[in-house]
Amino acid sequence: MLLIEDLQVELAGKTILKHIDLEIKPGETHALFGPNGSGKTSLLMTIMGYPQYKVTGGKIIFKGVDITHSPINERASLGIGMSYQRPPTIHGLKTRQMVEICAAKREVSVEGLARRVNFQDFLERDVNAGFSGGEIKRSELLQLMAQNPDFMLFDEPESGVDMENIALVGNTIAKLLQKDCESTDQKSRLQMKRERTKMGLIITHTGYILDYVAVDKGQVLYNGVLSCSTNPREILRCIGEVGYEECVRCTIDNL
Amino acid sequence: MYDRQPLINKAATALDKKAPIGPDIDLGQFEQTPVPHEHLDDAGLLKLPEEEKQQLLMAGVDVSERERGGTFFQKDTEVVHCKSKQEGIEVIPIREALEKHDWIKDYYWKLASVDADKYTAASEMNLHNGYVIRALPGAKSIYPIQACLYLDKQGLQQNVHNIIIAEEDSELHIITGCSTSPHATKGIHVGISEFYIKKNAKLSFTMIHNWAEDMVVRPRSVAQVEEGGLFLNNYVCMKPVRSLQMYPTTHLVGENAVARMYSIIVGSPDSEYDVGGRVYLKKKGNRAEVVARTITNGGRIISRGHLIGEVADIKAHLECKGLILKGGLVYAVPELEGHVDGVEMSHEAAVGKIAQEEINYLMSRGLSEDEATSTIVRGFLSVDIPGLPPQLKAEIDKAIELSEKDVM
Repeated sequence: MLLIEDLQVELAGKTILKHIDLEIKPGETHALFGPNGSGKTSLLMTIMGYPQYKVTGGKIIFKGVDITHSPINERASLGIGMSYQRPPTIHGLKTRQMVEICAAKREVSVEGLARRVNFQDFLERDVNAGFSGGEIKRSELLQLMAQNPDFMLFDEPESGVDMENIALVGNTIAKLLQKDCESTDQKSRLQMKRERTKMGLIITHTGYILDYVAVDKGQVLYNGVLSCSTNPREILRCIGEVGYEECVRCTIDNL
Repeated sequence: MYDRQPLINKAATALDKKAPIGPDIDLGQFEQTPVPHEHLDDAGLLKLPEEEKQQLLMAGVDVSERERGGTFFQKDTEVVHCKSKQEGIEVIPIREALEKHDWIKDYYWKLASVDADKYTAASEMNLHNGYVIRALPGAKSIYPIQACLYLDKQGLQQNVHNIIIAEEDSELHIITGCSTSPHATKGIHVGISEFYIKKNAKLSFTMIHNWAEDMVVRPRSVAQVEEGGLFLNNYVCMKPVRSLQMYPTTHLVGENAVARMYSIIVGSPDSEYDVGGRVYLKKKGNRAEVVARTITNGGRIISRGHLIGEVADIKAHLECKGLILKGGLVYAVPELEGHVDGVEMSHEAAVGKIAQEEINYLMSRGLSEDEATSTIVRGFLSVDIPGLPPQLKAEIDKAIELSEKDVM
């Protein structure tokens, strides 16, 4: 379980997240909406532990451990992973090696995983070097598949992905988050749903991802404040109809 | 017998001539008297003390000769092992070649000048030995030939002269390691190398240096590439050295001749490296690439590159990237010289630090900060070298891996 209590964050001396409270239970995936610059990526980076995002108040608890001030790699080993929107290129490090790093000591078939996101032809290329938007997404998902974290942060997984690949990306995320459950001989769907443990937080602008991943809850971040927490479809419809301006009123009503 | 007297006379005039770049070295402090060593047969090679084998291995020389086409091993002033296992490829000590082979006169000091500076002069005045490696026309190297110049005696000045000839249509791969024995800390290595790559021949020359703290190294190399020929010159130095200065020069003299030079240097504290590559592009269709990756942990690294385009329809690129990890200096000196319309030349130089963003990215994949840093450094040093046999690529990777502890 992820529990964020009254979190306050500064970036370069400016407060960018204010009094954030958020709870994601095992098996749950939340979608995070909000206009550009509202602090969505900052929230993800803060959860991942990027040191430039300075926590000035509140705490982050994951699996019962207070990780508010833990280094990035400790959070990764506790089971937090992230799919980045614009990851850096690391020259001389092949995508294959990166996938092996993600797998750590687990035995994985790099080729097998790569086939699932149609990425076999990129394994010998330097990670992220000259990758298109869609290729970056598939590379990030490939890394997460090898890493197999319990809680996954996705920063706009569908942006820059063409219509042909959107289903591939969507279904891969669903599988990572155990949202692809099909009933089997041994287990009913309900049983599988109950056994779900993976958690997710997905930043989305378009909501396309909702067509592939059964998201449990939607959150709206507006101006550094979580202003709304309800059914993701309802949020999407509201934004479509009246825009994020409505969030201002909702925030005031929330107080 | 080749009469060297005129060369020796000429050398005598340059005995005090300082080199245009690099700290001037007083050669009087070193011993030049020949040091006798026993000849080693194959079994003798294998019986070398473990410590020595390790020193050799770090310079890419494997005494088991597994996947090697031949071996040349010079200890101090004496050639202790010399053979080729492959037909069509000759490995001969240069003194023997000067005595027995008339053709050597067409190559000896034909590219490098004996009176260039005090080091070229000294090597001729008091030549110890060196190798001639020659691929006969059409011969193709299956495994690389390994050559080692080893310094065992404390305070020695080792003077060597090497000639490498790839005859027409041949393909030759050489890995050469220079190293010191574990107890030798001080000495100077003066090495002349002349490379002849003839029509449509291909030569890859991979040099790995594994020196000691107080060593001075002054190689002097010149290459000439004829029509359709390819010269791949790789240099790796990850170990401390008092002072290393070299500026190998390549002349592309035939149409469509190509030269590629790659250097990987890690600079240790109290070490000074002044290295570079210079290529003259003289005929249409010439291509040249000079790539350097340098890291300093407190050492001083001067990384030079100089491309000279003399005719149209040539293409050349210079790339110098440096990382400063724990103090020190990286001084990149890229020079481009286009003499006519229609040359295409470029350079890219960057000196900096490891990007925190890259470290964080790797940490979010589970690596500790130190592991992330070393992964990035390893990537930085791993250059893709087109045309290099995978084995030699593996040797370079191994050299990097073996000295990784010193880098971090």
